[in-house]
Amino acid sequence: MNLTADLQKRLQNKPILLMTHLVLGYPSLEVNREVIRQMAENGVDCIELQIPFSEPMADGPVILRANQDALNRGIRVADCIQFAADIVQEFPQVNFLFMTYYNIIFRYGEEDFIKGAAEIGIKGFIVPDLPPEEGESYLSLSKKYRTAPIMFFTPTSTEERMRKVEKMGSGFIYCVARKGVTGKKTAMDDSLARSLNSYRSATSLPLAVGFGISSREDVAMLEGKADMAVIGTATIRLVDNQGPAAVGPFIAELLGH
Amino acid sequence: MNQANSKRGYFGNWGGAFIPEVLHQTFTELNEAYLRVRGDETFWQEYVDLMANYSCRPTPLTFAENLTKHFGGARIYIKREDLNHTGAHKANNVMGQGLLVKRMGKKRVIAETGAGQHGVATATMAARFGFACTIYMGEEDVARQRPNVFWMEKLGATVVPVTDGSRTLKDAINEAFRDWVASMDSTHYVLGTVCGPHPFPEMVAWFQSIIGQEARKQILAQHGNMPAAVYACVGGGSNALGIFQGFMAERAVELVGVEAGGKGIDTDHHASRMTGTRAAAGVAQGYKTMFLQDDDGQMLDTHSIAAGLDYVGISPILADLGDSGRVRFEAATDREVIEALELTMRTEGIIPALESSHAFVQAFKDAPEMNPHEAIIINMSGRGDKDIFTIAHAFDDPSWKKFIIGRAQEYRKSSGE
Ligand SMILES: Cc1ncc(COP(=O)(O)O)c(C=O)c1O
Repeated sequence: MNLTADLQKRLQNKPILLMTHLVLGYPSLEVNREVIRQMAENGVDCIELQIPFSEPMADGPVILRANQDALNRGIRVADCIQFAADIVQEFPQVNFLFMTYYNIIFRYGEEDFIKGAAEIGIKGFIVPDLPPEEGESYLSLSKKYRTAPIMFFTPTSTEERMRKVEKMGSGFIYCVARKGVTGKKTAMDDSLARSLNSYRSATSLPLAVGFGISSREDVAMLEGKADMAVIGTATIRLVDNQGPAAVGPFIAELLGH
Repeated sequence: MNQANSKRGYFGNWGGAFIPEVLHQTFTELNEAYLRVRGDETFWQEYVDLMANYSCRPTPLTFAENLTKHFGGARIYIKREDLNHTGAHKANNVMGQGLLVKRMGKKRVIAETGAGQHGVATATMAARFGFACTIYMGEEDVARQRPNVFWMEKLGATVVPVTDGSRTLKDAINEAFRDWVASMDSTHYVLGTVCGPHPFPEMVAWFQSIIGQEARKQILAQHGNMPAAVYACVGGGSNALGIFQGFMAERAVELVGVEAGGKGIDTDHHASRMTGTRAAAGVAQGYKTMFLQDDDGQMLDTHSIAAGLDYVGISPILADLGDSGRVRFEAATDREVIEALELTMRTEGIIPALESSHAFVQAFKDAPEMNPHEAIIINMSGRGDKDIFTIAHAFDDPSWKKFIIGRAQEYRKSSGE
């Protein structure tokens, strides 16, 4: 089943889906594994596995430092792919995506990377510094290997732009709830509601909404307006402060369980 | 022909605009504003007039008679970008973008800076045009370029030390982008060199082309002929492209770009992308070029005695000119740079910036082999007095040290420590 169809099927039984995120190798692959177990067992639908990059231009301070820390501890791209291969096997109930910056893919070899990821069961890619104009080969390889290149809608996107971009992507649309980098709080206000309305009318793909979502209220507010809530920085902070065991209860609470 | 060639913002295989989606609209507007002024001759005239009135343009082309005698080869001419207001070629780009910002109606500018020259120039432009100004600067550069930080703050800018990554220029660029993705409605990012996403390489090269336009006229007037070669240091590549553009079409003029050889290009401590073996094709900071990176695509730490050359990437335009062989690339080591600087001060009474001194190194290697009827031009991108702390340290100057110790003691006493 392709990613869109899988998400739509899940949406028949749930008011909203959840996508979580972690930085591979931060603080270690062992902790990553435990965090993923807690996420999977508490009903997370998708997980973004971020392959660290030395120049994470679109990330705020928390994820930026996690990238650096993981690299300082010696994580390599090959380790990340091997780890992902194991994890996908272990948690078949979750859709796993790679999130990374384009240089990681480019340097690995675009076709090798996308083909290899598809073979281990990765469902798609989130590459924030690769606009579709620069991603011709990435988009055609994604088609060839049936992985989803996730596209972005942002508060600065014009309607024309959204209609253009959504045609190039598949899986779902990653909707940026506000301007700025990851990690800052988003006000759940009228302007967000207006953005979500215009996002909805621009595509039939599921809408995932991210940037600064950290509480049950945030998630509840998105129910009925979006299809998937994206939790990024909040779980990294949680693991930093309370350890991986806190992740399960946090996820359960977000989903109102 | 490579397919990429036909795309906008590409120079051979290099360039492009690898920007997050949230900046798409900002870049659309920037491209429109840039193309509008590019096609408007009154804009260029306004720019030239401003630079004449505010920044001493045209800067002189100085015949270095003593250096010429010293080497006994080609006649050595020095293009004096150090005589720009704020002491470096950076002013050209900044004033040009300042005029553009005025036309776009934005009220705030942000910039990255390495050496601090671009930061000082941007803070100066912001003061003159009445813009709010924030400068991002790697913590390591803040430490080595304290006088420039002092001036930026006095000019009214907020200087934000960047404590992430290698704490140098590339990290300051990342941080400036992080500001911009939140502030683009009111803010223009004044990128300081011919790098980054399209249209920056092309636009900054255009503003800097004023150097080459002047130098071409000046060498014809003074020497009567085209020079045999033109030398420039290459950090991002803006001063180099600025002067090279005046001679690009003259196939007989050799164009020589000099990168930071640091402690030697066979060590891990340099910033040479086109010479040496540590660079590879990559995409970062919004564009595709040769980056100093490892096999995984992680950027490497770079080193140069000159903060302004201490950078992982190089202009996509220069990467292409290197591929085609139009520009020859060389590297100068920290040690060679200090020697060339010392010689230039002693023989000509001219103090080049540490960055610019890289160009002098290669010119001094080539000049003795050349014919006395030939001329060469060295682009002196900036003046060296900003580097007084680094240069005094490199010379291990005893009286300077005594002065610093004395001052420190005075400050300690007056602050009651
Ligand atoms: C005096 C001087 N020269 C050269 C450079 C390097 O920049 P570019 O290669 O863009 O000219 C700098 C950068 O800060 C500088 O201050």
